[in-house]
Amino acid sequence: MDKPFAITLSVRSSLANHTGNWRTERPVYQDRRPPCSQACPAGEQIQAWLYEAEDGGYERAWHRLVVDNPFPAILGRVCYHPCETACNRAQLDEAVGINSVERFLGDEALERGWSLPEPLPDTGRRVLVVGGGPSGLSAAYHLRLRGHAVEIHDGAGALGGMMRYGIPAFRLPRDVLDAELDRLLSLGISVRLGRRTTDLAAEMTEGGFDAAFVAVGAQLSRRAYIPAGQSARVLDALSLLSGVSQGERPELGRRVVVYGGGNTAMDAARTARRLGAEEALVVYRRTREVMPANDIEVAEALGEGVQLRWLSTVTHVDGGRLTVERMRLDENGKPQPTGEYEDIEGDALVLALGQEVDHSLLDGLAGVKVCEDGVIEVDHNMMTGVPGVFAGGDMVPAARSVAVAVGHGHAAADAVDAWLRGAEPPAPAVMETASFDLLNPWYYSDAPRSVQPKLRAARQVSDFAEVVGGLDSATALFEARRCLSCGNCFGCDNCYGLCPDNAVLKTDEGHGYAIDLNYCKGCGICAAECPAGAITMQPEEC
Amino acid sequence: MTTSAVKFYQVGSRAVGNRLLPEQQRSEQARPDRANALNSGHRACQGCGEALAARYVLDAAVRATAGKLIVVNATGCLEVFSTPYPESSWQLPWMHSVFANAPAVASGIAAALTTQNRSEVRVLAQGGDGATVDIGLGCLSGMFERNDDVLYVCYDNEAYMNTGVQRSGATPPAARTATTEVVGAEPGNPFGQGKDLPRIAMAHEIGYVATATVAELHDLEHKVTKAMSMRGARYLHVLVPCPLGWGSAPADTVRLARLAHQSALFPVFEAERGELTSVLPIRRRVPVEAYLRIQRRYAHLFGTRPRPDIVDRIQQIADRNITRYRIDVEEVSQ
Repeated sequence: MDKPFAITLSVRSSLANHTGNWRTERPVYQDRRPPCSQACPAGEQIQAWLYEAEDGGYERAWHRLVVDNPFPAILGRVCYHPCETACNRAQLDEAVGINSVERFLGDEALERGWSLPEPLPDTGRRVLVVGGGPSGLSAAYHLRLRGHAVEIHDGAGALGGMMRYGIPAFRLPRDVLDAELDRLLSLGISVRLGRRTTDLAAEMTEGGFDAAFVAVGAQLSRRAYIPAGQSARVLDALSLLSGVSQGERPELGRRVVVYGGGNTAMDAARTARRLGAEEALVVYRRTREVMPANDIEVAEALGEGVQLRWLSTVTHVDGGRLTVERMRLDENGKPQPTGEYEDIEGDALVLALGQEVDHSLLDGLAGVKVCEDGVIEVDHNMMTGVPGVFAGGDMVPAARSVAVAVGHGHAAADAVDAWLRGAEPPAPAVMETASFDLLNPWYYSDAPRSVQPKLRAARQVSDFAEVVGGLDSATALFEARRCLSCGNCFGCDNCYGLCPDNAVLKTDEGHGYAIDLNYCKGCGICAAECPAGAITMQPEEC
Repeated sequence: MTTSAVKFYQVGSRAVGNRLLPEQQRSEQARPDRANALNSGHRACQGCGEALAARYVLDAAVRATAGKLIVVNATGCLEVFSTPYPESSWQLPWMHSVFANAPAVASGIAAALTTQNRSEVRVLAQGGDGATVDIGLGCLSGMFERNDDVLYVCYDNEAYMNTGVQRSGATPPAARTATTEVVGAEPGNPFGQGKDLPRIAMAHEIGYVATATVAELHDLEHKVTKAMSMRGARYLHVLVPCPLGWGSAPADTVRLARLAHQSALFPVFEAERGELTSVLPIRRRVPVEAYLRIQRRYAHLFGTRPRPDIVDRIQQIADRNITRYRIDVEEVSQ
């Protein structure tokens, strides 16, 4: 004891005092599911690819994107982006323009020739995909990546399904469509065009297939009986769109009436304008609020001078004139006739009353269940009642869009792959949603979104050039950086900097941070001040 | 592809750091090699604002002086929780004398360094509001008057917390403390008393006076760095919420400091030679109620027998600050 007078203990650092034992709760880094990903029908991990794009790593971002969706340039144009509807940033200023960044990445990839991932080694299994639309192509992509041999049979002369024969070129230019399809096929996917499958069982046996994914879509136009005079001109929207997409330019007259309220009706009306109709009128029997057409399509149609008429049905059509009856909504929201009629001008009537599924190719298979409205019943793994036969896209009960179809293809591919291996398909991860109240928005800068340039309305209706332009590199970067990274750490250092006990450490693992439980007192400042809501406080076990 | 062309970052400069920002634009606290002047293992309460502020201030000062820094500490929470015998949390030269004399001790060290021709070594004195506005005010005023080369930092938690929450000259009106009970017509601390030390310091016309909070880290670090680039007497007043004395949730410490500023109850400004030179704008102004409601020391203003009249008087103080300091308000939120 050679210590000074009255000194009995050696000086030491406070590090000897493990204040972590005061703690009753501990902070835990936890990834939550951002609302955008939750809303994405194609199952994209949107926050993850935006994160890569935020530092200009567009190629990394694109590679992260195509893990789920092989068609960023297509979906970046035609998707109705429910992700943006769900985006938390809308509660701050405006939703992040996810769709426009997706399109930018898709276009960059095509321009720079980025390649899709390499397929795994061949498994020796063969899968038949019936229907070369978005759902079938997506399934083919994901199955091929897992090493299965894939053959697509399609009755049409070219691949793409509704992307080619339904969506007009002013929304999806055909060079973009072709480029993304060619890139997909270069993975080694066989295609037999002009081969309409009429008997699936026979087709599978003949080709020696181990499983099949059927996605023939809904291509039968629904009809309505409308008394028509001798000189009436009535055609269906799907034939019109399909014909125009193959180069036909029919004369429809000065004033075209489109009957129906879906996206097809909007596309038909916009196409009619481009075919020279001075006026295009959409007649719908219910109201705008319940109209199935997407708001974006309606807004773009209105912007091009398309007119809308609510609560009306077409009751008679003859050369140059149509009779419509006014409707009213009853207490159940159903349209009821009022007995009030009115004549309107119209040189042609285009019917866009919905589409039905032709499921005759499955008729020979015992176990296939057809729902009331003609769509095919599938289980949660996209499998029909027949083992090894899966279905998706417009022919199963779901919303009908390219994104939904791509998501079905992915889900079905997972299930087919598991089924071929005799395993259960991977269960979707259970994750808490990163809702807005879990964020600390104080830390985000204010920044309104960059709006994609639109061709001037005057030019739009005169040709089939693309309506919505793309972002340039700087704008795409800006837009990507507007992402709040909801529920996922993005390395802002708040937890590291705001801990009063220096109990957050920087590491090279995971998100780059770790809690030093020797000193963490469990105050919860890190969790409260995490902008992204990626830290939760969890009670200590006694 | 360069990322510097775009002048927007996901979290701007409000967060501690950001992978998208160049290193020099990140805060000192984002650096893996920050000094951690106040080390782990200190015995401050959960969510202590003062422990946070002390590290912010000293890490920035260590960086600004390349490590040549001596710190003098007055008696108070900070001294007690950092140095229970025989432990110390300090990772720099640090000394404590008595409650009242930290400014005088710092003045003496600065004079000794001048005599030794070691003026590159800088001196910083620090204390709580009790040591600063009450007990050590005479020594501090003398240090200001002599323009001694010391930065004095007051960590203001608005009462004597470590002895059991007694009122200080910095306790705000209506706040409950152990010595300003919730009784009578004007429960809590009376209106019209107390000392506004930043303005007292400005009245000395010293070279630099600034206020800051633990919620605005970049602003705080900027002020410390600026102060350390100057010579003579300088004063920095930092608002540090105290979960114990204010009756707030430990997790709300930074949020409370933010609300104190956003409600205009605590103006954040800089002054040189007695003149106001800059005022931090209020980004989203909130009524004072948003700040008061989450503190139990103001519980008697709400609850079953609310006192909207007193809340109104506190709101008037905030309104007065807006005009007195000419604070820009960017947005008002309800």
